Amino acid sequence: MNARDLAARLRTRFGDLVSEPAEFRGEITLTVADAERLPEVCQYARTELDFDFLLDISSVDNYGDDPRWTVVYELYGLGHRCHLRVKTAVSEEKSELPTVTGVWRTADWHEREIYDMMGIRFRGHPDLRRILMWEGYPYFPLRKDFPLAGRPTELPEIAFTAPAPLEGGPFVTAPGGKDAVQREPRVRTAEE
Amino acid sequence: MPPVQEFEFKDPAARAADTTASVADTTQSADLPGEKMVLNMGPSHPSTHGVLRIQLELDGELITRATPEVGYLHRGDEKIAENMTWTQFIPYTDRLDYLAPLANNVAYALAVEKLLGIHDKLPPRCQYIRVICCELARISSHLLGVGCFAMDVGAMTVFLHTFTEREKIYNLCESLTGARFTTSYTRIGGLARDLPPGWTDQCRRFAREVVTAINDVETLLTRNRIWVDRTRDIGVIARADAISYGLTGPNLRGSGVDYDVRKAHPYLVYDRLQFDVPVGSVGDCYDRYLVRMEEMRQSVRLLHQCLDQLPGGPVNVNDGKVVLPPKETVLTRMEELIHQFMLVTQGINAPPGEIYFGAENPKGELGFYIHSRGGGAPYRLKIRAPSFVNLSILSHLLPGHMISDVVSILGSLDFVMGECDR
Repeated sequence: MNARDLAARLRTRFGDLVSEPAEFRGEITLTVADAERLPEVCQYARTELDFDFLLDISSVDNYGDDPRWTVVYELYGLGHRCHLRVKTAVSEEKSELPTVTGVWRTADWHEREIYDMMGIRFRGHPDLRRILMWEGYPYFPLRKDFPLAGRPTELPEIAFTAPAPLEGGPFVTAPGGKDAVQREPRVRTAEE
Repeated sequence: MPPVQEFEFKDPAARAADTTASVADTTQSADLPGEKMVLNMGPSHPSTHGVLRIQLELDGELITRATPEVGYLHRGDEKIAENMTWTQFIPYTDRLDYLAPLANNVAYALAVEKLLGIHDKLPPRCQYIRVICCELARISSHLLGVGCFAMDVGAMTVFLHTFTEREKIYNLCESLTGARFTTSYTRIGGLARDLPPGWTDQCRRFAREVVTAINDVETLLTRNRIWVDRTRDIGVIARADAISYGLTGPNLRGSGVDYDVRKAHPYLVYDRLQFDVPVGSVGDCYDRYLVRMEEMRQSVRLLHQCLDQLPGGPVNVNDGKVVLPPKETVLTRMEELIHQFMLVTQGINAPPGEIYFGAENPKGELGFYIHSRGGGAPYRLKIRAPSFVNLSILSHLLPGHMISDVVSILGSLDFVMGECDR
């Protein structure tokens, strides 16, 4: 039993909801077309395919593309020792998908972190609060349109932030730029 | 000869079931409900090992609800990673689990190397040295974990013993990397430098000496009545809960799950080395302590094997597009000069793609999810911090325990907030 067989079984069960498995560096990635049906796929993977361990949930901000969000689940089975990545896309208008806390309880904090950092909400989550930033913080710092230097905020008597001085500081690189000037624009300011 | 005292031991499964049942009993007590008190533990409390804050709802001394609050040490490492080259992020990995920086360096380097597709091209000497680094970090982290755990429940002496040994590890780190604490020792595709002369002998001497210290700690704790009373059957994590909450490392193995990334998916040269993976039977604080003690002994075993088998040769991948070329060739030859220029100004040109790599760190599985769109910086880098995941079980684990048990449980979970909050 390897990850490819397990991915094929998911595909026979769910048909076109689950994409063809993509392989990169020995890892299998599946894309679930409809985020609303993700818990169903996860439940099946856990109970029938023995993916009893959820390693991680990550989120990617595809800023400028539609759909804007990708949520990435890293599944693992302690019995068969196979790793499988399941991805799903969520549009910016919606910014919401159902929770998988009912499948793996470790999803609780991972989903709270994604909500905190990216602003994607998880419907049905038992306690969807900010986890790393404080309650009342107005921004979602891992979004691509949030500047590295940060934005000023004020929550009187509780907490505040001020932009970090970046002058001469870390390189603010833009990945995928055509040349060095675009990739390493040290002159770029926080407002851009 | 003194009479041998007889102890009655129930079998582990029955003990685990008993404890879980009694915890369930106390939460649904038939007594008249008293007024609940909310106690704020942390963010600066000696047993929280940093800045963890737990809101405890108490009925007398009994915890009825626990809400952990994290994030006091959040520095935005994932955001920072998106804005710098692959190599520039290495010093930030020191500051994740700052008690085992060498292991973090290795895990991050391996993750990026997996993305680049050069993880199987690493020279053998580099792989052996990285294993030595990981195991030194493991010993260092577990020594601190056990030392602080013991100090929190009142056994002060252990801490002094373990810190004497950790000092030797810091000396080894200093002569190896130039820094005692923030090592930044690995580079993508290799290491910052080879071992300094005489280092292997110092390391061998340390590996011999640390066993004495581990034995001392065992003598002080393992059959110490107070220690056993404070830890046995306290904080029992059932096997199913440990899996569902995604625990990793000694906390998962303490609950009897035989999962160690070094065995399940061997990276570096772990498949050529002999070591055993200890697992617990009950999943209480005492089992987690025993697992850590045995892991240190296994790490010493690994150290000896690596030092004996350590091959010669280069420590870096022979690829000018990944590793900085030697300075003398940069100054004399055109191609190397270009490589150096490109690596420093634009970073290593990674292919587009996404990978997840998890390494068995002292605290558990440290994973990196990297989403690359090509170029010298990650588009998204997610850190799966073992301490973050391990702490998420607290709200499930603490209710039903006495408030003094919180200290034991926190000590036995052995977390680091630098890694949890990133």
